[in-house]
Amino acid sequence: MDFDFIQRFAPMYVKAAGLTLRIGAIGILLSLAVGALCCLARWFRVPVLRQIAAVYIELARNTPLLVQLFFLYFGLPKVGVKLSAEACAITGLTFLGGAYMAEALRSGLEAVDKAQGEAGMCIGLTTLQNLRFVILPQALATAIPAIGANVIFLIKETSVFSAVALADLMYVAKDLIGMYYKTDEALLMLTVAYLTLLLPISIAFSLLERRLRYAGFGSAVQGQ
Amino acid sequence: MQDLAVLFKGNNFQRLLGGLGVTLKLSLLSVALSIALGLAVGALMTLKNPVVRAFFRLWLETVRIVPQLVLLFLVYFGLAKAFNIQITGETAAVAVFTFWGAGEMGDLVRGAITSIPAHQRESSAALGLTRGQCWRFVLLPQAARRLVPQAINLATRMIKTTSLVMLIGVVEVLKVGSQIIDAARYDAPQGAIWVYAAVFFMYFIACWPISLVAGRLEKRWTA
Amino acid sequence: MGNAPILEVKNLSKHFDGTGVLKDVSFAMNEGEVIVVVGPSGCGKSTLLRCINGLEHPDGGEILLDGKRIDSGANLVEVRRQIGMVFQSYDLFPHMDVLGNLTLGPVQALKRPRLEVEAEAEKALARVGLADRARALPRQLSGGQKQRVALVRAMLMHPRLLLLDEITAALDPEMVREVLNVVLDLARDGMTMLIVTHEMRFAEAVADRVMFLEGGVVLESAKPSEFFHNPRSERARQFLNTFEFDAVK
Repeated sequence: MDFDFIQRFAPMYVKAAGLTLRIGAIGILLSLAVGALCCLARWFRVPVLRQIAAVYIELARNTPLLVQLFFLYFGLPKVGVKLSAEACAITGLTFLGGAYMAEALRSGLEAVDKAQGEAGMCIGLTTLQNLRFVILPQALATAIPAIGANVIFLIKETSVFSAVALADLMYVAKDLIGMYYKTDEALLMLTVAYLTLLLPISIAFSLLERRLRYAGFGSAVQGQ
Repeated sequence: MQDLAVLFKGNNFQRLLGGLGVTLKLSLLSVALSIALGLAVGALMTLKNPVVRAFFRLWLETVRIVPQLVLLFLVYFGLAKAFNIQITGETAAVAVFTFWGAGEMGDLVRGAITSIPAHQRESSAALGLTRGQCWRFVLLPQAARRLVPQAINLATRMIKTTSLVMLIGVVEVLKVGSQIIDAARYDAPQGAIWVYAAVFFMYFIACWPISLVAGRLEKRWTA
Repeated sequence: MGNAPILEVKNLSKHFDGTGVLKDVSFAMNEGEVIVVVGPSGCGKSTLLRCINGLEHPDGGEILLDGKRIDSGANLVEVRRQIGMVFQSYDLFPHMDVLGNLTLGPVQALKRPRLEVEAEAEKALARVGLADRARALPRQLSGGQKQRVALVRAMLMHPRLLLLDEITAALDPEMVREVLNVVLDLARDGMTMLIVTHEMRFAEAVADRVMFLEGGVVLESAKPSEFFHNPRSERARQFLNTFEFDAVK
């Protein structure tokens, strides 16, 4: 193991990790927004939008991100839509993640006891008030584990961005292997980098999940 | 639009289908191995022994946290260099996907087994069933209903993830697509959009029916 | 308003999958009146209550609250603010403490100042013997406590009419009384209530009028003293007999 090498190139990894994290964060936030829109379109049975959401969700969930990315990065420019590698990565991640987030939110909403909505109506809440104060808080609490799994899944998926020449962690590792043939060191740093990024997120979500479970959030069962 | 023709020029479409064949071969092999291993792993995961539990926990967290592409690189480049063995990309792919799939499948099996409430076991004992009969008639059927839809979902995830193997030099459907685009870059400069769209829908056609079945089963069995 | 009825139900009918659950039900309620609806399970009692505050849409007939027709349109939210309802399963909001449950409706739906509502809620809690539970979460309460909170939650909306749907059916026997006492108090204060219950002795004590519903039809509507001691129909007699263990002997 060449520690000088590791020391020399570690800053490259830090920079790449920053990029991975930034694109991951933007993609995840947009995914949540897209997911929430799709989910609400289906929940309120908005005509047309709801069918579009259903088709989109199936398309995104049943195709690999790498193929979606190649289509965006290599395919679209041929018909005049030119996106930068970074814009492609964010678009691709949002396309994929939006569908997964929509499903996570939907299962959260479906887990809320129907009687809760009725109880909200019975104290005179409007549909939106009912959603905001009664249904969503419970749905989100139930959806947290699924959302957490999606967050980790999406950050992991960013590893394929190297394939469209985005200088993320994977790209740096490939570069170093190609240029210096320092495979062990490059791969070690790569693995450590992903662990450093993802372990805290994973732990944070499992703590959050435990806390919510302890608080009895989202459980429709009110037995003693 | 006329560049759509590149898809059907010569034996291009057959080549794409051949690539899809490689994709499916790799995925099905990995899925089959994962299920077989996962059943055993899952049974072991239910053991209370702390060493066993810690071991499987570490395994599971590893495959959950480390991206599959990183695992592929570790095995394909890392192992090759560390032990000076040259393995093909396909072997590396099946090894990595099985390592990942067996861990995930094991956790699904564990979840399915432990989800059965204790009183099911107690009431079958009260009926005078033996341990074997209890498993066969009461516990396994219930565990299976929970497990099967989730296992099918895992299978579609594995099929999709095989797209990564082109990045370690395996010639599967996405790689074939890129080769076709490269070869036709002068005659059909806009071919990329059609070829990648075709690959997109090939994956979709492979995965969507499976997802539908999983969704149906889940709805029917958890109602 | 004078002597005009608070609630009028005219020729109400409701079908589920082709079978009639309510057939041509008509009655009126005056201010301060307590009507208890009894009948075998599946007779349409709950559906009747759910139609009145729009949780189910009737297939025929009409319902008037203070002379105004309740329809499925925009006035439903307004109507529900005037009709309180309490369910068998309490349906407190599990993610909010007791005070949060109580203030949500008045603060959000009625736009009343939070502090004022909280003060009123504390007072109301004290009246039902739960003064020290304001900050408890629903899962920390017993069934009887939860149901008392649910009653207070409905009452804080100051409804014109209160609908109670088998509110003691899920409770352990020793908790039934603490809940029913609250209802008796409300009746004494002149609250207009439409109550579905299987507690016959409570029904007799609280009701101004008893409606016997079977197969979606009102078979009898009488003073409790008449209904419980001298029912006119054979079906009502049979129904009442099911509550008497002596009769089995």
